[in-house]
Amino acid sequence: MLRFILRRLLETIPVLLIIASATFFMLRLVPGGPFTAEKAVSKEILRNLQAHYGLDKPLPAQYAAYLWDITPKRFAPWRLFADTDRNESPDFDLKAAFGINLGPSFKYPNRTVNEIIADKLPHSLELGLWALAVALALGMPLGVLAAMRKNTAADYTASTLAMVGICVPTFVMGPLLVLFFALHLHWFNASGWYFASDRVLPAATLGLVYAAYVARLTRGGMLEVLNQDYIRTARAKGASETRIVLRHALRGGLLPVITFLGPAIAGIISGSFVIETIFQIPGLGREFVTSAFNRDYTLVSGTVLLYAGLIVALNLAVDVVQVWLNPRLKFE
Amino acid sequence: MRAPIQSSPVPFSYLALALAILLFPGCGKTGQATASSPAKKILNVGNGAEPQDLDPQVTTGVTEHHLLMALFEGLVAEHPSGEGIAPGVAESWETSADQLTWTFHLRAKARWSNGDPVTAHDFIRSYQRILTPVFAAEYSYQLYVVEGAEAFNKGTLTDFAKTGFSALDDHTLVLHLVQPVPYLLYALRHTSWFPVHLPTIEKFGPPDRKGSAWTRAGNLVGNGPFILTKWLPNQAITVERSPTYWNAAEVKLDTIIFHPVEDNNTEERMFRSGQLDVTETIPTDKIDAYRRERPELLRLDPFYGTYYYNLNLTRPPLDDVRVRRALALALDREAIVKTILRAGQEPAYHFTPPYAGYTPGEKLTGGLAEARRLLAEAGYPEGKGMRRLEILYNTSEAHKAVAEAVQQMWRTGLGVEVALRNEEWKVYLDSKDNLAYDVCRAGWIGDFPDPHGFLEVFMTGGGNNDTGYANPGYDRLLKSALGLPDQSARMDIYRQLDTMLTRDVPEIPLYFYKRVHLISPRVKNWVPNIIDNRGWQYIDLDPVIASGDLKGKD
Repeated sequence: MLRFILRRLLETIPVLLIIASATFFMLRLVPGGPFTAEKAVSKEILRNLQAHYGLDKPLPAQYAAYLWDITPKRFAPWRLFADTDRNESPDFDLKAAFGINLGPSFKYPNRTVNEIIADKLPHSLELGLWALAVALALGMPLGVLAAMRKNTAADYTASTLAMVGICVPTFVMGPLLVLFFALHLHWFNASGWYFASDRVLPAATLGLVYAAYVARLTRGGMLEVLNQDYIRTARAKGASETRIVLRHALRGGLLPVITFLGPAIAGIISGSFVIETIFQIPGLGREFVTSAFNRDYTLVSGTVLLYAGLIVALNLAVDVVQVWLNPRLKFE
Repeated sequence: MRAPIQSSPVPFSYLALALAILLFPGCGKTGQATASSPAKKILNVGNGAEPQDLDPQVTTGVTEHHLLMALFEGLVAEHPSGEGIAPGVAESWETSADQLTWTFHLRAKARWSNGDPVTAHDFIRSYQRILTPVFAAEYSYQLYVVEGAEAFNKGTLTDFAKTGFSALDDHTLVLHLVQPVPYLLYALRHTSWFPVHLPTIEKFGPPDRKGSAWTRAGNLVGNGPFILTKWLPNQAITVERSPTYWNAAEVKLDTIIFHPVEDNNTEERMFRSGQLDVTETIPTDKIDAYRRERPELLRLDPFYGTYYYNLNLTRPPLDDVRVRRALALALDREAIVKTILRAGQEPAYHFTPPYAGYTPGEKLTGGLAEARRLLAEAGYPEGKGMRRLEILYNTSEAHKAVAEAVQQMWRTGLGVEVALRNEEWKVYLDSKDNLAYDVCRAGWIGDFPDPHGFLEVFMTGGGNNDTGYANPGYDRLLKSALGLPDQSARMDIYRQLDTMLTRDVPEIPLYFYKRVHLISPRVKNWVPNIIDNRGWQYIDLDPVIASGDLKGKD
């Protein structure tokens, strides 16, 4: 298993290198740059700006410097959360831990990309975990229920709910929840990210979409498993229905959900532009999108690399979990 | 056999937790507004976007300008009425007879937030910093009106003592100008003229490097009516009344919380739930509802800007002034303003907004009949033989709606076929700058209330003249304006220039902007200001919360 993980980790190096290089060059090919502004700046000022950010150097030199900056130069994950003297938010220091320097932000000159990620990622992570909790808490029982009561009213209700959850986009669901729970009932703030209660509506909005997927995948997976011989054997031996579901069927039935969860978690914890905008959450999802509009070269590269790294890591985790859950698979 | 996965108890406990949160919504109903004692006056303001930085010599946007006006103060300040100038750090000033030398007398009481006196030397060192080439300030050109500033910024002059900035003593600042600048006092309200505290900046790095930590909460030293106490990126920026501000006794508010809310629908919901006292703007589709049901919450103020369409004079058939004029005359601006924009914007029949003591010269007149006649005269009767034109705009629902209306008006009124092309903001700026368009949406917002800045746009080869318009007579006349001693003679020149634009039609004016806010009745002294500057020191808040005032509008 260790060999399997090591080999997969080695394989990620060229993947990340290609992503980093493609991002670097694509950004520079797009029309407009970080200093393109509505009010024109003079040639001299533009030259000063480019010199300030090292954009006056030839492209190969910039590329080489960039690759060196993002290359991990040490391995000290224990220092990732070491710097806790800053009071404003939990910190997360890529530079201290791995020597990765994502550079200064072009748009926000007094912050580095490392800092922006450290500031924003924990909020996205928190939102993501709550949303995931909602998704699993609602989706799995609903899916199991639908599978066990296949082709009954309960199944149709659950499946319809899931379909609606998938179809209603978050930018509709979010404002609807705000209108009802915040502006009509006055239970919550319309937006903001200050109190525990501020987590409820965004987590529900984001979680409902994923709950719908989880429900459908659970139902499909369970249906497949429930027809298997070993379930019939368990029934023949007189096991209770609860025991069959919890002990025998769920394990196999959840495989499709696990496969789905890998990339889904990467997406969910690296932030959601729509949810963060609707609810004024200081997460990474907004940086992801607005940095591209701002041509904030370093911030785009940094968020893309982080997202790519997360996807690679979570896919690996999914593979490991799948082998563990499914006795028919082996590490190869 | 391996242990079975205990999957069901876990999700159910989450469910229970989620339910518990849903059922106990006790904490914090209206965000920060109610977080402290009722005696404190806390204003919650929607402020558009997250500021780039809080260094007045680095930032360029309106968002930052609003914040910096609370944290810093220039030589002059906002007038409480919203119009004109009030003394700031300078308590008085005088001008030499040739209008080239300005002497400012700084008040002895002016203090930085760390207690240091604000001196003329602080101003000199600040101006040296913003003009230092390696510092690369985007708005350094605002200071080019002072002798030697441009040369120093471009590196051809290296001794700052040889520029026109000088301090006679701690409290006397002198500016020697390149040419008379009648609107200088108004220009001084721009953040690029604000002083910064060099000793603080030097604590956090070399002063000619941008982006050190000096602008963070706890570090920043300013000289404005408020001090920065908290900066949560993308959440809120909190400023509190400064005890060292020279006019602290007159400052009304205890705290202002600036919320960077980019989505105007979110902002409107925050206002309704009582989280905001003033919004940055309002969704266009909600204007009518507010006007009908809660007009007292809606503020529509004139804003010093023109929305217009650039025409590419280097591309036929737009090189023919008759075609350009026909296009300009064929638009029903009243209809656009009334049915699309809805905030009571002024239809524009000339380029320079009729505010700040300026009354317009010749306007576009003649209507559709004249437009058709001109088009036929140019060789395109009923639009026959004319190639298809393309309107370029940056991606946005509002710009799209206007472009569609224009497309329809040109098609039905003139028989001219029009295609629409939208581009993402920076791509659009690139196309506009490189004249890679036929017709292109544009807007110009004045930095200071004076027509000069508007008319400067169409100087030959000017960085913002993205039309190919080149008129040496226009350039000469514009240059002559600043030297005129008499304000009315100067305005007369501007009228002639504006008339030239009306006749030559390098652009088609559509409307003059309006600033739209939602504002709680608790907010006092919020006066209209055409460049949307805020004198935060004058704004007050009625302590009584009229309950249910903002609610019940679901």
